[in-house]
Amino acid sequence: MQYLFYFFAAISIISALMVVSARSPINSVIALIVCFLSIAGHYILLNAQFLAMVHIIVYTGAIMVLFLYVIMMLNLNQRTEPQKKLLTRISAVVAGGVFLITLLGATRQGLQIAAANPEDASIGLVSQVGMALFKDYLLPFEVSSVLFLSAMVGAMMLGLKEKATT
Amino acid sequence: MESLTSVIRQVPIEHYLFLSFVLFSIGLAGVLFRRNTIIILMCLELMFNSVNLLLTAFSAYHNDPGGQVFVFFIMLVAAAEVTVGLAILVMMKRNVDSVDINQLNRLKW
Repeated sequence: MQYLFYFFAAISIISALMVVSARSPINSVIALIVCFLSIAGHYILLNAQFLAMVHIIVYTGAIMVLFLYVIMMLNLNQRTEPQKKLLTRISAVVAGGVFLITLLGATRQGLQIAAANPEDASIGLVSQVGMALFKDYLLPFEVSSVLFLSAMVGAMMLGLKEKATT
Repeated sequence: MESLTSVIRQVPIEHYLFLSFVLFSIGLAGVLFRRNTIIILMCLELMFNSVNLLLTAFSAYHNDPGGQVFVFFIMLVAAAEVTVGLAILVMMKRNVDSVDINQLNRLKW
């Protein structure tokens, strides 16, 4: 059963590499959708069912459709796009690799996880997460709705055509 | 349900750490690697998701639903960020007729 983890992990890493290396933006979006679906599989394996559903709805349902819509609206699907200089690209890969090595070195000794609460099989279900969300984190939840409202208004303001008077 | 949580504990938490580090590094390298602004935004989403995965893994191994609430908030902020980012991208395409990130170097002044 735990081989499912390695299966999903392989899919995630391969599709993430395809996101970075794909030539056309449409291929990148498709690879990112595959990556997000495999991460939803990880959530289900971790028994976080609420997060898995929210992840599929928000990311693959809303955000990636928004990306696809913008790519189609702006007609960005060129075959040849300008590349950065070779030195910049090499240094980008080196920077990512060095960052990975730093993170791995920081956690080389392994981690000791002491469970904060007794084992509970319903930890990621809707009822448990909902209780935590509406009891302990009620104020951030309400503030995030204000954030959404301001993001919506900001996006509409940015998207409006500018008047000629400016 | 009981079996699923106990079975997944056989995967050590270090493997989740490793997976999340690899995904984050790929996203970071992608941000530095590409010139297309829309791909840079997608690499940002990749980095968000690696952090989300790690928070969920720690939350499941700690038996604490607080971490999953934080993942929920990160998803909210990511959705808002993508909305504004894509609006900026549309405006940039309209004004300079390009989505090349190097066109934005005038922001330095």
